[in-house]
Amino acid sequence: MNFVPAILWSDALVFLLLVAASAIAWYVRQHEHLLLPWRRVAQNATAMVSLLVLSLFLIVGLLDSLHYRAALPQKNSGATVYSPEVLSVFDKLVEPLRTHTEKTYSAPLAVMLYAKETSTDAQGNVQRDYPRLRYGGARLTDVGQRDGDVAWRGLVGGLVGLLAGGLVVLGFRGRLTHFNMPHRPLLIATLIISTLLGITFSLATVYHLLGTDKVGQDVLYLALKSIRTGLIIGTVTTLVTLPLALLFGIAAGYFRGWIDDVIQYIYTVLSSIPSVLLIAAAVLMMQVIIDTHPQWFDTAASRADLRLVFLCLILGVTSWTGLCRLLRGETLKLREMEYIQAAQAFGVSSLRILARHIMPNVMHIVLISLVMDFSALVLAEAVLSYVGVGVDPSMNSFGTMINAARLEMGRDPMVWWALSAAFGFMLVLVLAANLFADAVRDAFDPRLNRT
Amino acid sequence: MIAYLLRRIFYAIPILIGVNLLTFTLFFVVNTPDDMARMQLGIKRVTPVAIEHWKQQHGYDKPLMFNRAASGPNKMTDTIFWQKSAGMFVLDFGYSDDGRNISREIQTRMGPSLAIALPTFLVGLLVYISFALLMTLFRATALDMAGVMLCVLLMSVSGLFYIIGGQFVMSKLWHLVPISGYDGGINSFKFVVVPIVIGIAGSVGSSSRWYRTIFLEEINKDYVRTARAKGLSELHVLFTHVLKNAMIPILTGVVVIIPLLFMGSLLTESFFGIPGLGSYTIDAINAQDFSVVRAMVFLGSLLYIVGLILTDVSYTIVDPRVRLS
Repeated sequence: MNFVPAILWSDALVFLLLVAASAIAWYVRQHEHLLLPWRRVAQNATAMVSLLVLSLFLIVGLLDSLHYRAALPQKNSGATVYSPEVLSVFDKLVEPLRTHTEKTYSAPLAVMLYAKETSTDAQGNVQRDYPRLRYGGARLTDVGQRDGDVAWRGLVGGLVGLLAGGLVVLGFRGRLTHFNMPHRPLLIATLIISTLLGITFSLATVYHLLGTDKVGQDVLYLALKSIRTGLIIGTVTTLVTLPLALLFGIAAGYFRGWIDDVIQYIYTVLSSIPSVLLIAAAVLMMQVIIDTHPQWFDTAASRADLRLVFLCLILGVTSWTGLCRLLRGETLKLREMEYIQAAQAFGVSSLRILARHIMPNVMHIVLISLVMDFSALVLAEAVLSYVGVGVDPSMNSFGTMINAARLEMGRDPMVWWALSAAFGFMLVLVLAANLFADAVRDAFDPRLNRT
Repeated sequence: MIAYLLRRIFYAIPILIGVNLLTFTLFFVVNTPDDMARMQLGIKRVTPVAIEHWKQQHGYDKPLMFNRAASGPNKMTDTIFWQKSAGMFVLDFGYSDDGRNISREIQTRMGPSLAIALPTFLVGLLVYISFALLMTLFRATALDMAGVMLCVLLMSVSGLFYIIGGQFVMSKLWHLVPISGYDGGINSFKFVVVPIVIGIAGSVGSSSRWYRTIFLEEINKDYVRTARAKGLSELHVLFTHVLKNAMIPILTGVVVIIPLLFMGSLLTESFFGIPGLGSYTIDAINAQDFSVVRAMVFLGSLLYIVGLILTDVSYTIVDPRVRLS
């Protein structure tokens, strides 16, 4: 075999989440009353367009979560040796982006390097000029052809993308009517996105569409790789938040008495500590543990990955209190309802009442708060990485990108592309998540009267 | 009310002990004083003697939680936990790893932090509520929709973008103010104005939208209909009736953060080089100075609890129906 799958902790958690989400989706499909609010979401044009954008991000993130280690060319016969570098399926798909590294900075779509270099030509004359890039527009014989080439490639790519988008639209048209989804916005969004993707594909293969960073890596590649980190922070954290908040919140509200007191004490203590400081304290500790146990990790990637998982854990431990308080309040209200009292009168056990009567009736709060928290967590990652308590510096993330690019603002001419790329990708991801979360909240909130 | 307040203050003590236990566990049990000494001393000159010396110098040469060797109450007090925590309850934070008095440092750094945090808070509140009232006034029109969309867009932008972008445009492109730094007295104006504007812009999206939701919930109530039926103008109804009645939900979110203003903002202060408590905390995190981080955590929790109590008191002021008992 010329590769061996490398399952990182975060990969396992991501796929666990995916399986859980699919199982829940399948369960919801079987029950019309659960499906009803989702139908309302499906009829919301903004939500569906946001979902389309989000699913693109999700696809990149999922492909980037399938890791493997390639076999090294064998030197002498014996056991196969695998590379210490952990790659993902996504890396393989965009291999040109990953391997086409320049010497240092280059502007978006540039054909020449950002810095001048001294070179000696055939006659032995020493010149100081901007050297051509190794890969960016390398096929052009003359630098002046660039504008025409970019325009031509962009046009062709855009047209091909538009055509492909049109085919997809034709293929899915019937299904859209079936779900009573908003036609036109979705169709237009699909066409726009496919055109943009077409342009990106045709330009990114030949140029550095978003330029290169200090060590010559393609900024587009870095931004795409950062998506996975953002998605993991936003989703895996819920794996920690959810059980804690659900268990403690419902138990405090239903049993009251000393259980309530203890749980309230725990969450007051946790929420009274400024969250950044608590996260910083926990991350610093974890870093010490990681540094003192190098034998736990066989690759650098698995070490960075464990830090990411830890960060999710810490974010989860610090952020369950808000949801817990909401659930406690709701349960306090619910336990006085007639149907709960009826169940108690029939002698139904407390556990069964919690599981069958209380839990389903607080699920809308859980769902709303989970989708609302997602975008906040993605944004928080960037801030934490800036403070130095975020993900491992070797891991691609929007925070590390911003952190690295921030210092380059002072250069002249300014190196703006890495910073803009990170902020731009983050904006699209968070905006789509926010718009989708709004639609989910509107669809599930029982306070909004619908007739 | 006095009895209520006393009880609340009394309740704060176990919470603060809990906070202390938590940070203590995080810092000292996971990361032993030996590890700390090794880290502070650097890698090259670490000998067991040097470690012992460092521990003795910084008061880490005692057992963590329980001293078997001591007698009587000293079993509890002659430990690192007691020595490092007890002082905090009388606001004596001890010394940082570089030998400075933390309490003094906090006192001098509070001013610059407040110079930014207080105006940001006050002007911000004014801006957010005015914007939200404006959206409420034009509710369900294109103007309202545009306002909400703007809010969603603004809250989707990373906070770092506002700081980096604002600093770049105002200081580097337009040369209006110095890029970073601080000065005492009236001169501080040119240093604090950009952080304040950025601080307000950074949360105008989420805050205004939040206040708009509160106002919209109020505006469907019966008393509003009565006020309109009396022939009051929409503006009058909005600014006197709705605004007053929306005070309770607004206060819930606002009063609790007033004491925390002392802590300053981590990001803004470190970007603009303001010598406040926020940048102090960041420096301590980067230098892994645990005494300072623990002191800041304690101070933060204390101020948060003060904020919770203030919130309850403020309810009685705006709503005569609320009685604390």
